[in-house]
Amino acid sequence: MMILEKRQQPSPIWSLATPVLAVILTMICGGLLFATLGKNPFETIRTIFLDPLFSEFAWYYRPQLLIKGAPLVLIAIGLSFGFRAGIWNIGAEGQYIVGAICGAAVGLAFYPANSALIFPLMVMAGALGGLLWAMIPGILRVKFGTNEILVSLMLVYVAEQLLASMALGALRNPEGMGFPGSRNLSQYPSAANLELIAGSGMHWGVVAAFVAVIFAYITLSRHVFGFQVRLSGQSPRAARFAGVNPGLLVLICMGISGALAGLAGLFEVAGPAGQISIDFNVGYGFTAIIVAFLGRLHPVGILLAGGLMALTYIGGEIAQSNLGLPGAAIQLLQGMLLFFLLAVDVLTHYRVRFGKVGVA
Amino acid sequence: MTDPLLRLSGLTKAYPGVVANCDVSFDIGKGEVHALLGENGAGKSTLVKTIYGLVRPDSGSMTLEGQPFQPAEPRAARAAGVAMVFQHFSLFDALNVAENIALGMENPPPQNAVAAQVRAVSDQYGLPLDPTRIVGELSAGERQRVEIIRCLLQDPKLLIMDEPTSVLTPQEVAILFETLRKLSAEGTAILYISHKLEEIRSLCDNATVLRLGQVVGTCDPRATSARDMAELMVGSVLHVPQKADRPAGDIILSLDGLSAKAPHQFGTALRDITLEVRKGEVLGIGGVAGNGQDELVAALSGEMRTGAGMIRFKGDSIGQLPPNARRKIGLLAAPEERMGHAAAPDMSLTENAIMTAMTRQKLTSRGFVHWAKARRFAQGVITAFDVRTQGPQNTARSLSGGNLQKFVIGREIMQDPDLLVVNQPTWGVDASAAAAIRQALLDLAAKGAAVICISQDLDELMEISDRFAALNEGRLSSPRPAAGLTVEEIGLMLGGAHDMEVAHVDV
Repeated sequence: MMILEKRQQPSPIWSLATPVLAVILTMICGGLLFATLGKNPFETIRTIFLDPLFSEFAWYYRPQLLIKGAPLVLIAIGLSFGFRAGIWNIGAEGQYIVGAICGAAVGLAFYPANSALIFPLMVMAGALGGLLWAMIPGILRVKFGTNEILVSLMLVYVAEQLLASMALGALRNPEGMGFPGSRNLSQYPSAANLELIAGSGMHWGVVAAFVAVIFAYITLSRHVFGFQVRLSGQSPRAARFAGVNPGLLVLICMGISGALAGLAGLFEVAGPAGQISIDFNVGYGFTAIIVAFLGRLHPVGILLAGGLMALTYIGGEIAQSNLGLPGAAIQLLQGMLLFFLLAVDVLTHYRVRFGKVGVA
Repeated sequence: MTDPLLRLSGLTKAYPGVVANCDVSFDIGKGEVHALLGENGAGKSTLVKTIYGLVRPDSGSMTLEGQPFQPAEPRAARAAGVAMVFQHFSLFDALNVAENIALGMENPPPQNAVAAQVRAVSDQYGLPLDPTRIVGELSAGERQRVEIIRCLLQDPKLLIMDEPTSVLTPQEVAILFETLRKLSAEGTAILYISHKLEEIRSLCDNATVLRLGQVVGTCDPRATSARDMAELMVGSVLHVPQKADRPAGDIILSLDGLSAKAPHQFGTALRDITLEVRKGEVLGIGGVAGNGQDELVAALSGEMRTGAGMIRFKGDSIGQLPPNARRKIGLLAAPEERMGHAAAPDMSLTENAIMTAMTRQKLTSRGFVHWAKARRFAQGVITAFDVRTQGPQNTARSLSGGNLQKFVIGREIMQDPDLLVVNQPTWGVDASAAAAIRQALLDLAAKGAAVICISQDLDELMEISDRFAALNEGRLSSPRPAAGLTVEEIGLMLGGAHDMEVAHVDV
């Protein structure tokens, strides 16, 4: 008989090993799933996990990895602060949209002027837009005790309507023959978030993601603010006793996640997406929640998880086009990953023992 | 002589790394009140959990009324006639008494039938309790009565009570003992677990002493002194805290009409508390749990802000200052709840040291934590207060209650406070650790700091306090010199606002 016994301390070895184990289990069960769909499981798994990196077309896919991974990592890093402190910002998608709108609006306002100051101004506007959008649920929670999960989530749909209205109205390209969507920012040099090294996929958003990882790592491990965030998440009462102002912490955590989501939106709209359009957002803000937890809310973990998530996206697209795999199967695979991670997480906190039952 | 009611023979239960019970054997007779004594970690809870069917022993056997007794789960133990009142109550605040009792039944009869049964039992055993009252509004003593009546409705042969008097006033203890004696006279055996040796001496017929999982002795508590029993428990000569006589210093803290609303639904409002505390004195504040102790600590520590001028520390109004600003000027506090309030369970001891010592010990510079310095401070607390742990990297959760309490109190004392507020400093702590904590508080006062010790343990307060005051429904009685106070007078001070006038009568 198998029993679980609580460890006195979480095991450091298992907390590193469980994500790897989860990926392996996902590959096995994913393979079984693909086999039942009539696909060759080995070929499919190889297509999803290895082809983006090592196939003959990898020169095209590798930059895509950075382009898809950067917004996920950037948003997930912001969310991880709040999630560690027990503040649940579920509306990063909305903050991402509003950041993109604000940043793009600043850039478009200067069109067609040329100045090196325009792009930095757009970056600031993007961060500020996301921050202010996140302040709505933050302030409502602090002042009136509303639930930030609901408010932030519902504001995503408000942001989507705002996006549609901007694409059709205020920000529509005056020379666009009446088609919805703004001017293409990536063709406006002063406002474009171009690749820093041609063909690498490396744009300013990728740089920002790496900076955010380093910044978050230092803050969480060395700075008092990181200590207070962790303390608040584990024992809110102890945090208050230690002098943490809970309301202020809510605002700061919402602010960080909103600003980083807004930045991700701006880098996307000025670079890979290029313009404000009705279908600008593709769910990075929601997927980043999975990335944050897959990376155990740890900056380095989030970096790896963001890469893995981007890999399954790109690999999934290859599998869809080359092997005719249904898109839903890819989503199932991504869901499986989170599921197995949470399931094997038990090993970090519990020890498995085999033998006779001690407790009835 | 007939068979005993319950016979334990050679019970052994080992957990990884520790033997909780080793070859424990003793008998409990019908109608006997049997005390189970031992320090924390001596194996008392494992033993009663075995009897109650929560733990299955590795070896050994039990017989109940001559029949083999091996309860696989508490339900089986209850069916066989074993009932237990736990130290921590399992009641729903929002439901009334009868509803709470019905919830624990296998096939509950209609509500008014339950209420009638509750009334009948409470009359029979002299435990006043109204079945229609909401549990959230009951005192701790009344809540305990709910648990006891829940057990008595099963008509038990053996009633196990785990530290039942830790939350009661002396008057409530008297009522409880009356009930227990009545039960015992009717033939119900009682297994009574307590740290309070004087109570055991007045109530119990026999005592079994456990140390490190083994029975180290049995005695007749009526013929043995409390000190002898304590030394049997500890296994060494007990060190009794020494109180030095010292002149009172200047006023360091004054509360002037301190009032505050209850912070949550089941909290207590503070009402017009006026008090002066001087350097070098220990002020003991007694009272039954839930009468404003947590709120008073929160108002002093800075977790709860109060109006201007209500709290003055060294002459300055500090009611609006947050916790760390108060720590900076020398006001430190240690709240009652160790896990999750005074300490974060899943964080290391180093991190727990940073929690409150950050400001005074300068464990940060420009916002960055000095981990090495914090580790040294935590190690210092561990060494100075004999905290049993492998080192400061261990989590707070991995420590036993007593050791964590030593760490929490030590963390504040090592910061040299000018005024230290402690709430229940020795709750659930074994005798020798409790003596060490009390001695540390007295030493702190001897160095010239003021100490406010809030506790429900009157013996403790009498042992260390210079002056004593009682907290009742958020009101504080005026403090009186502790020396010479009788139990009756203290009981009246604790008894309620209406009796306050009586309490003012001088000795």
